Amino acid sequence: MARRISRRLGAAVAASAVLLTACSGGGGSAGGDAAGGGGLVIGATSAPDTLLPWKATQFQAVNVLEQLYGTLTELDADLEVVPGLAESWEVSEDGTTITMALRQGVTFSDGSAFDADDVTASLDRIRDEATGAVAAASLASVTAVEAPDPATVVLTLSGPDAGLLAALASVNLAMLPSDATEQALADTPNGTGPFTFAQRIPNQSITLEANPEYWGGAPALPTLEFRVIPDETSIVSALQSGNVGFAVFDDPLVAQSAEASGTTVTETPQLSYHVLQLNARQAPLDDLDVRLAIQCAIDRQQVLDTAALGEGEVTGPITSPAYRSDPAARPCPQRDVEAARRHLAAAGHAGGLTLSTIVSQGEYATSVNEATNIQAQLAEAGITLNIEVLESGAYVDRWVAADFQTAVALNGGRPDPDGMYGRYFTSTGNLNDVAGYTSPELDALFAQGKATSDPAARKEIYQQVSRHLEDNAAWVWLFTSFTYTATAPEVTGFTPMANGSLKYLRETSVGGS
Amino acid sequence: MIARHPLLRRLLEALLTLLGVAVLVFVMLRAIPGDQVTATLGTEAAALTPAQRAALEAYYGLDQPLPVQFLSWLGAVVTGNLGASQRTGQSVLEMTAAALPVTLELAVLSLVIGLVLGVAAAMLSASRPNSARDAAGQAVGLAGLSVPAFLLGSALLALSARFAGYNPNAERFASLTTDPGLHLQQLLMPAVVLGFGLAAPIMRTARSALLEVRSQDYVRTARGKGVGPRRLALRHVLPGALVPIVTMTGLQFGYLLGGAVVVEQIFSVPGIGRQVLLGIQQKEYAVVQSTVLVIALTFVLVNLATDLLYRVIDPRVRAS
Repeated sequence: MARRISRRLGAAVAASAVLLTACSGGGGSAGGDAAGGGGLVIGATSAPDTLLPWKATQFQAVNVLEQLYGTLTELDADLEVVPGLAESWEVSEDGTTITMALRQGVTFSDGSAFDADDVTASLDRIRDEATGAVAAASLASVTAVEAPDPATVVLTLSGPDAGLLAALASVNLAMLPSDATEQALADTPNGTGPFTFAQRIPNQSITLEANPEYWGGAPALPTLEFRVIPDETSIVSALQSGNVGFAVFDDPLVAQSAEASGTTVTETPQLSYHVLQLNARQAPLDDLDVRLAIQCAIDRQQVLDTAALGEGEVTGPITSPAYRSDPAARPCPQRDVEAARRHLAAAGHAGGLTLSTIVSQGEYATSVNEATNIQAQLAEAGITLNIEVLESGAYVDRWVAADFQTAVALNGGRPDPDGMYGRYFTSTGNLNDVAGYTSPELDALFAQGKATSDPAARKEIYQQVSRHLEDNAAWVWLFTSFTYTATAPEVTGFTPMANGSLKYLRETSVGGS
Repeated sequence: MIARHPLLRRLLEALLTLLGVAVLVFVMLRAIPGDQVTATLGTEAAALTPAQRAALEAYYGLDQPLPVQFLSWLGAVVTGNLGASQRTGQSVLEMTAAALPVTLELAVLSLVIGLVLGVAAAMLSASRPNSARDAAGQAVGLAGLSVPAFLLGSALLALSARFAGYNPNAERFASLTTDPGLHLQQLLMPAVVLGFGLAAPIMRTARSALLEVRSQDYVRTARGKGVGPRRLALRHVLPGALVPIVTMTGLQFGYLLGGAVVVEQIFSVPGIGRQVLLGIQQKEYAVVQSTVLVIALTFVLVNLATDLLYRVIDPRVRAS
């Protein structure tokens, strides 16, 4: 009897094998159609959590919305400001008036014309606190927006703000039609971008179509689908089987497995930075010597090697290519345990010191490993670090309330150093509580930076900012990591950007089309 | 009087269970640190002015006191309004109507696979206890119990994508009505993974039940009357062992709904498990609360059905 049953089992296994083989034929052709029909399928772990550009912070949402909406200025591959919906602009002598000439003949995807009224309405609504726009603070210096004629917009500022033009390139400050309601746009996006909205299956996929009326010329890809595949390793499988042609990864291990299977993987240094934040408002970290002791005790390269497989670069405060800090420009360019002990003794803690740190688990792959390596390095200098590993929601709560002595953090960077650190390290910045450090010198330097439009002079000012932050060990900056853009072999023309933008999908094509 | 209406009593019990689940989910969700504002904005929430924060809390309905939030949600649920997701703009009822059938279909498919594999392996083991065959069957059972679904699932997916170029789960999810072929392919691998995990406990329960039944008098009588071994196994021994197998299967249905969370994540299946997981990640309270309630209801109904099934398969229950 048993033999008969096992024979039957064998038959069942054989039958399912046949079924699988039969199915694989069907799957193959569907994959070909996804990657070879000229359109591109992008694998993403999550669907956009909102389709309102002013409210989008999740990068998956930003990546979709920047295809659909236009901004007054844009950033090029080197993160330099270039014209967008504003074709040109003029800044007044004293820096308090910006006059913009708008691009003519631009239409929204519903066919209506884009003009100065849309700009004034958009900027006014973003500045209104009731709108809840996430980038409202970027427009803090703007006191009035006027439209003398349909092709011109004049921004009046409370004082010079040289970082404003770069800030305007963010999709969080995108231009929306003046007559559209939030509700209508949440269902059907209506922008001036290179692609238009075609179809959305909630939590599964969003499909966009090329906008033939796009002012920069219609993109080469006829369609662009963001398909949700929640698990990163499943995205790698989807790249292997050819169902997906494009994906972006953060985890070096996942990128390695994608590369091992014949996908092209491009590394791009990120603007975001890994850092040990110090709360310098509380004892014992209010003592400069204690902070310097920590800076001297940590070998940044070692943290990078042990926690992130060496995939990244040691960094100073400013990460954007045009203003990058020299990582060696600090009191302890290399690890110096003796110096750390001297600083500790000078602060009256020769016998050792105990500190605590908060770490987020699950938000990014390297966090806990960074903390344990830092713990081991500090121990050699006589500092005991107690690690509190928190679920990401709990971590965010503590971080937002500045309820920590030190925090292992991965903070987002911005192309312009004022946009990046003004909110942290000026005494009026909206993140200054969390930064835990400020000084009159920094306030003066940031004000000077805002008022200076000459690029070389600005660079000089932000080098001083960077130097001041390192000399005072406001935080201990560790390293920047890479993003990995994985593309199928037939995908060409894409340029990754340091701010994670997928702007260049508009110049991407599949299979030479 | 009450004893004369066992169904009524079961219904009352079910309602109390659901109320308990509602309270528990509501409280636990709020015990998790963070709310929808920080879940959406992350650390950017630190940059909000108090006025902006208040505006967002009002938008998400977080400005009400907790008892009011609970009662207004429960009141809405009783009238059939399960709330809506701010993320997608869809009502939870709509989302559940799309996701629940997918998960139930997945559960039934895995149940079939688990039963076939589990009972077959058990019969194989029990046919000659303590033999090499038994040991092999038990080893497979142990493997099914100890290999986690996420590992088996990822491995299966990676191997078939890499070496066969076969990966239906990377296609857009097809509904049963528009493309039944692709739909079944997309459910096959997750069902196999879930079914394999399910086969293990079924196999172990079935094996001991079969062994027990085999030693009973009526089986010996049947054998004495000259009933062939195959007929004996299928017609005499298996029916006698069905009650514990059905009990185990009913209980494991809860495991299927729970296991679906992991498997749906790996295989991109838009079922109820992913709906809950996404809801928790985004702190969409209404979505999580209502969906968990629906899952609890499903579980209660399945257990009720299991109880009713006893009457069908066991004449002794019918007689009492």
